[in-house]
Amino acid sequence: MRLLTHNMLSSNIKGVANGFPLKIEVVKVVEKEVDFNIDFLKNMFHKVEWKALAEASTTMGYAELPENVDAAMLDSDDFLHKFHHALLELHLEEGALVCPETGRKFPVNKGIPNMLLHEDEV
Amino acid sequence: MSRPELLAPPEIFYNDDEARKYTSSSRIIDIQTQLSERALELLALPDDGVPRLLLDIGCGSGLSGETLTEHGHQWLGLDISESMLDIALEREVEGDLMLGDMGQGLGLRSGILDGAISISAVQWLCNADKSCHEPRIRLKAFFSSLYRCLGRGARAVLQIYPENLAQRELILGFAMRAGFSGGIVVDYPHSSKRRKEYLVLTCGPPSLSTTTPDGKGEDGESCSDEDSSEDEENQTVCISDRRRPRKRQKVNKKGKGRDWVLRKKEQMRKKGNAVPADSKYTAQLQHKELKLLLIDRSEKQKYSDKRRSSDCLKILAQFCET
Repeated sequence: MRLLTHNMLSSNIKGVANGFPLKIEVVKVVEKEVDFNIDFLKNMFHKVEWKALAEASTTMGYAELPENVDAAMLDSDDFLHKFHHALLELHLEEGALVCPETGRKFPVNKGIPNMLLHEDEV
Repeated sequence: MSRPELLAPPEIFYNDDEARKYTSSSRIIDIQTQLSERALELLALPDDGVPRLLLDIGCGSGLSGETLTEHGHQWLGLDISESMLDIALEREVEGDLMLGDMGQGLGLRSGILDGAISISAVQWLCNADKSCHEPRIRLKAFFSSLYRCLGRGARAVLQIYPENLAQRELILGFAMRAGFSGGIVVDYPHSSKRRKEYLVLTCGPPSLSTTTPDGKGEDGESCSDEDSSEDEENQTVCISDRRRPRKRQKVNKKGKGRDWVLRKKEQMRKKGNAVPADSKYTAQLQHKELKLLLIDRSEKQKYSDKRRSSDCLKILAQFCET
């Protein structure tokens, strides 16, 4: 699971008002190389919740992202490559996602988060 | 047509065996690829080469996702069958995968998606596989969460196999109630095999950009312009001549004739079958048939009689000489 997906996922449990962002429990992280596409990054930049991404990337062991960003930084090549690496190349292979309100754990196995809810959570 | 949704719930039906079968059949791969190509076409993403973030609902083994990757998009796949997702991992698909149930609502942040596709999945929602399942609640949860996740003006194209009219209306009804505008596009409505239905939904109120596109194979649309105009003429004639006796066309020596062949080809084209183009050779008589037509039978008889008599004369002459 990439951090792009982590940045989209929120806890869907009944009664949870703000299920975003899910906390990450890391067991294993892998890195896979992905083609660099500047258009996609620019498209995603406005959608990404930056604070969540920076925190998640630090949890995954990549603390290069700046804390605060603005659109002017998109001109910097260095920044774009860091953004690209954090967003698309870091994969959470084994671990868990934790709902910020209820503490419910969603296990991540082989890179696939199990977001299935129990009957009483729907 | 087999209906897996009548046999077992998806997470049980698509077990390891079935998942492998599904992904090793070249026919299924072919159909899935065609469906996803068409779904992506109906999604009508702006043609500016920017990769979009798409959601594949019921991604299975990632067959449809591969089409998205080929077009350069990033995608997130959602499926309820672990076995299918395992196969997707084996196939090393580019998109991210996620195990989840669309009937529980999509747990995604609001407005983040640029579009969503789904190939042959949404009709599963109409089944109640567990005691806690209530199709109406699940459909409502699915469509309202989908509406929430999509950005404004974004589209969702869901290819569905509804079992009957009631099911189709149920699905469409919940989509409309969630706030979507749009409708159903039917490709190849004349053919029972190739007929495919797509729910084309747009976030936001109806406008010019949200009009549903036309289906393929309707009104000879996918054929050439000439043919469709001819077709219209034929149709009007058919209606005014309704009282004429049936079986007007007799089968004569020449076969059913060029007009008949052309009409049949047109019908097949409407069904979406692959039909060779018309040319001057279409329904041309074969050489043998032509010869037969040219030489009338009585003449042939005379000719052979003559030959016989001349042969007799020759033999007689030989006889006289000896």
